[in-house]
Formats: sequence, C-alpha cells, structure tokens
Amino acid sequence: MGIQQELENEAPSKLSVRNISKIFHSKHQIVRALDGVSLEINEGEFVCLVGPSGCGKSTLLNIIAGLDQADEGSVLSDGQRISGPGRDRMVMFQEHALFPWLDVLDNVMFGLRLKPNLKTNERREVAKYYLHLVGLDNFLHANIHELSGGMKQRVALARALAPNPKVLLMDEPFGALDALTREQLYRDIQRIWAQRKKTIVFVTHNVREAVCLGDRVVLFSPHPGRIRHEYPITLPRPRDINSVSLAEKSGEILQALKGYLNDGVVTAANSRTPFNTDGAAE
Amino acid sequence: MKTRIISAIAFFLLLLVAWEAASLLGWVNRILIPAPSDVLRYLYGAVLDGSLASAALVTVKRLLLGYLCGIVIGLPLGLVTARFKLFQDTIGLLALGLQTLPSVCWVPLAIIWFGQTESAMFFVVVMGTLWSVIIATETGVRTIPPIYARAARTMGSRGIHTWVHVMLPASLPFIVSGMKQGWAFAWRSLMAAEIYVTILTGFGLGHLLHYGRELNAMEQVIGVMFVIVVIGLLADKVLFSPWERFLHRRWGTQGSR
Repeated sequence: MGIQQELENEAPSKLSVRNISKIFHSKHQIVRALDGVSLEINEGEFVCLVGPSGCGKSTLLNIIAGLDQADEGSVLSDGQRISGPGRDRMVMFQEHALFPWLDVLDNVMFGLRLKPNLKTNERREVAKYYLHLVGLDNFLHANIHELSGGMKQRVALARALAPNPKVLLMDEPFGALDALTREQLYRDIQRIWAQRKKTIVFVTHNVREAVCLGDRVVLFSPHPGRIRHEYPITLPRPRDINSVSLAEKSGEILQALKGYLNDGVVTAANSRTPFNTDGAAE
Repeated sequence: MKTRIISAIAFFLLLLVAWEAASLLGWVNRILIPAPSDVLRYLYGAVLDGSLASAALVTVKRLLLGYLCGIVIGLPLGLVTARFKLFQDTIGLLALGLQTLPSVCWVPLAIIWFGQTESAMFFVVVMGTLWSVIIATETGVRTIPPIYARAARTMGSRGIHTWVHVMLPASLPFIVSGMKQGWAFAWRSLMAAEIYVTILTGFGLGHLLHYGRELNAMEQVIGVMFVIVVIGLLADKVLFSPWERFLHRRWGTQGSR
C-alpha cells in the first residue's frame, strides 16, 4: 500500500449504542454505571458526552472502544457488533498514556508498526505527517518527559490519528491542561476534525468545552447513568470558546442541568463534583 | 563540580598521609595496620607475579556465571509471578521469604550438598541473586500503570507483543535496579563462599583474603579488600551506568545520580 493511499481519509463510522447497561460491583455497593443507554452517532459527527463524574460517560466510551464489556446491550459500528478494541476506533485518554521509553516519533509509530502492508519508511512518513498536523515537527526525537502537558496531548492525538481510524474516542483529553493551552487545542481539534473527517466521541464535564466542540451535546445524569437530554449545536465553525453566543448556549444547558440537580434527581451526595461552568478557567 | 572533585581528592590524600604517618611513626601496630606503602608494595608484587590477576579472573568468572544464571532464571519467574495469581502465591512467597536470608547462610548447605566444589560456589551465588531479581521484576511489572496496556490494546497490540513491547520496557527502571541489587547480592555471597569454601579448582580473591589472614599478612588482606572495592565500582560503571543514563534520559527522573 502506498503512502498516499494510507493518508487518504477513512470513511468515518456510524455508531449505534443500543440499550447498554453496565453494573460495577464494589465491596459495599452495586453501582449502575449505565442503565439502558441508547445513542445514535452519525458518520463524521462530533458528539460530546457531558455529565458529572459517576454518570457513566467514560464507561460508555470504554465500551465503544472495546476496552470494557457491557452487561447488556450492544454497540454497532457501521452495523458490525463491537467485541473488542480495534484500529478503527482509537482512544485518547485524559492521562496522555504515552510510552516514556520511546521518543515522540516512536510513540506515534507504535500503532503504525502493528499495521500490516506498510514499509518502515512509509510508517515513518505517515507518523511525521501527523506530527506535522499537530504542530510538533521540531520535536520528533524529544523524550516524553521533556514535553509540556499540551504537547504531550498533541503527541497522543497524533498517535491516535496515525492508524487512520474511523472513530476517535476522547476521554477528557484536555482536563489536566491550563486554560490557554486548552483554547489553542480547541482550535486545533476543530481544524483537524474538519480535515481528517472522523467520527468523534468526546467525554467532558465541562459544558462550555462541549458546546465549543460538539455538533451535539448529550447530557448524562448519574445513579444510574442515563442520558437526560440531547442538544444539537448549530453555531458556525470554527467556534471560539469565549464568544457570546456560545456562552448563551452553554448557559442554557447548564440551567437545565441545575434543574435536574435541584429536582432531587441527583442527590446532594451524588453531585460532589460540581460542573465546570467556566470554560476558560478552572 | 571542580571544587567537589578537589575536595574528594584532598580528603583521600589526607586520609592516606595520616594513615602512613601513624603507621611509620609507630602510633599504631604496623603488623595489624600496615602502612599504605606496605599495601602498595604487596599489590605491586602480586600484580607482577600474576597471582592477583589470576585470582581476580577466577572470581569474576564465577560471579558472572552465577549472576547471569540468577538473572536468566529470575527475570521470567518475576514476570510470571506478577502475571499469575498461582505463581504469586507460591514462587512469590518463597522469593519474599528467601530474599531476607543473608546469602552467607547458604554456605553450610552448599558445602554439605556439593562438597568443596565449583558447584557449591555457583549455588551460593545463584541463591544470592535469584530471589531479589524475582522480587524486583515482580514489583516492576506490578507498578506499571494499567493505562499503558490499555492504550497498547487499542492500537492492536496483543499477548506476546504487549509483553515484549510494553510490559517489559515499562518495567525497565525496576528491572535495572533489581539487576543492580542482584549484582550486589551476588558479589557479597561469592565473597562469603570463597572465604568459607576452600577448593582447589580455582583460587579466587576471597581465598587470597583468607590466606592473607592465615599468614598474618595484613598488607595482603587490605590490598585484596581494595581490589574487591575497585572491581565492585568498575562493574557498577561498566554494567549499570549506561542503562541508568538511558533511563534518566528517557524517563527523566530515575537512575540519576
């Protein structure tokens, strides 16, 4: 397979989450992390899953990734039932999960080395392409510990993009970064999404971040983890996290959310983790 | 940096001069505490007649053989101990217990089992190395963040590939420190074995030390002790420093001095 062919966009997947339930048994209690969750995600759609911790959004992401198994229900990718991890669905974790024993280029090459039908120099060219895409041309041979938090997540993004997946699964990837770095990454991720045309499922507890990035924001509530509401976001792209219209939209969603919290749907004990209402500062 | 080197050199020079003076001026018994110049004279002679080199060679050979066997057996055992509950509850417990046993305690057993032979030496060195290598490897694998394996799985890594390309390199800092610890234990146990097990097939540094005592040749005892220290330091520099430098460069923190 030639390198041009390799770099062509894979057709993004359509995901169908069907009636997923997941129960965790701990010593003292049984937690219904997900309770009959269904969700349709279109080809190339950018969907943000929002909710307080314990609402099962990360669990759902892991099930779509194939890293965890659902107790009930199934997830279909283009009609195919997901039974385990696959190169068509790449994951970006909150902790960058880069391998410290490899340099930046070798980290991005890791997934490519497992991809058949490529020559070594082709793999290197592909890795370089994606590192260029995330703006790290000058750090090919840097060690991971030498990079800033934002740069580490850029490497992780390049590593996730490199095998050319149909779906990108992102689990609070910017949660640990400072506000300025995050704003830059919001711009970059929108640009890359437009360019590489992936289906993206993005988990966050930051409503404003979700509104900034998503075509659709899916609101979860915990105990048991359920989908509460879905909000299509029609604001023009590229979006700026600080724009007024965006703030209005996220305000609306937050209002609804607080309503759920006050209704006693979510008890005080369950809402320990407050929502991050302010997209910029934390 | 420069002042540190100077102060180190000054300290050792002062020590040597004071020692030499104390010995020459008769402040201490020169038979019991020979002057540095006596020790130097012995070392010079032992180098010339080749007895030092041949003893060192015998010792280092035994050490390397026993140590390598300890590593070759200990590494995989540590891996399976970390991976399988059954091994953890059996081999793991055994290693934990025997690791606390000072290796010189194996000497009586070794003499009874193998007699005054090379096998007895070998046995003591392997016993001194093996358990600490198992424990270090197990700890290393166990402390790997699970996210590494998860990330590797999403990229299509499975089974053996994950072990070779993720688990093993991820536990490298622990394995290297375990190998270093194993080396220290092997070195100690070999010296104990050589001092206690008198054999005719090879005359090692421990024997040289032992016969120095029998002959009341304290300059020989101290000279050989000095050589043992030097070999230990050299091994550290040659065998482990390159690994530690690599770890320091890649991981950023571990293995630094």
